[in-house]
Amino acid sequence: MTKLLEWVFGVLVLGVAWAILSFDLLDLRLPQTYQEVAWPMPLYLLVSFGCYSLATVGYRVATFNDCEEAAVELQEQIKEAKEDLRKKGLKI
Amino acid sequence: MASRRATRRSQEDGDKYSVLLPTYNERENLPLIVWLLVKYFEESEFNYEIIVIDDGSPDGTLEVAQQLQQLYGEDKIVLRPRAKKLGLGTAYIHGIKHATGNFIIIMDADLSHHPKFIPELIAKQKEGNYDLVSSTRYRGNGGVYGWDLRRKLISRGANFVTQVLLRPGTSDLTGSFRLYKKEVLESLIERCVSKGYVFQMEMIIRARQLNYSIGEVPISFVDRVYGESKLGGNEIISFIKGLLTLFATT
Repeated sequence: MTKLLEWVFGVLVLGVAWAILSFDLLDLRLPQTYQEVAWPMPLYLLVSFGCYSLATVGYRVATFNDCEEAAVELQEQIKEAKEDLRKKGLKI
Repeated sequence: MASRRATRRSQEDGDKYSVLLPTYNERENLPLIVWLLVKYFEESEFNYEIIVIDDGSPDGTLEVAQQLQQLYGEDKIVLRPRAKKLGLGTAYIHGIKHATGNFIIIMDADLSHHPKFIPELIAKQKEGNYDLVSSTRYRGNGGVYGWDLRRKLISRGANFVTQVLLRPGTSDLTGSFRLYKKEVLESLIERCVSKGYVFQMEMIIRARQLNYSIGEVPISFVDRVYGESKLGGNEIISFIKGLLTLFATT
């Protein structure tokens, strides 16, 4: 199953469950609280996911390692390499 | 001490590492990357060869490659040039054809991927007998130098979306500094159809599908190119297209 199909399937299953609970489609006569909780769930989950995404990406950007020493080391090695290669006769 | 034992073991194992270096206008960087590769391979005593695949660079990259071949020997520097700029996937295929190693290392020739990490990739591979070892800029002490906030945001954002949609199991999908078992790379290239960034992503996704084992090693990525070629709208759009294609077809 492709990822797209997995998502479509998942959304369908959740969607059907939500519709059954919110609109009492199967005449289950469940307590009122089930309906009250189920009804706003899609919006609630969407907003929660949005917040989670922002927080996660924000955190990852903030903690993204800046490799200063790697850049410095590379510069030094470039100098060393150029010297060595020149000595060995390379025409750059 | 431990590294000496490991290298002696590898020589007995008969492992050989072929580094594929596709180049286009890398006249300045090629000698430097080769010098660094030779340095770290000689130090770690692993058996290696460097395969330069130049796509008809107008700046004379091939000439420099030939000089390097004179300097280091034809067994260490192998030239597999092509007439013009063709795709990365075909460059790999072209390079692998005459590779004598049982492991292939792919990397960029612009010094953003530092050869000092190659012994680490090799060690990781041996640790778990991984089919492929990928580098990551996003985990452990991996990181980047030379990116501003905008670039970091795009990178992390794109990676997040990729993780949510594809759930690949590795932290850095667009990275192209990797170590593969030769037969694994061959079987993956056969199956991949995308280009550019997305090609690298597709390799990992297909590897997962085929149940190959994947190891990860944090690396530092020194971007000296970013200043000149900013990540433009076109690249972003083709990335999204590629991502959605992978989402819908794998």
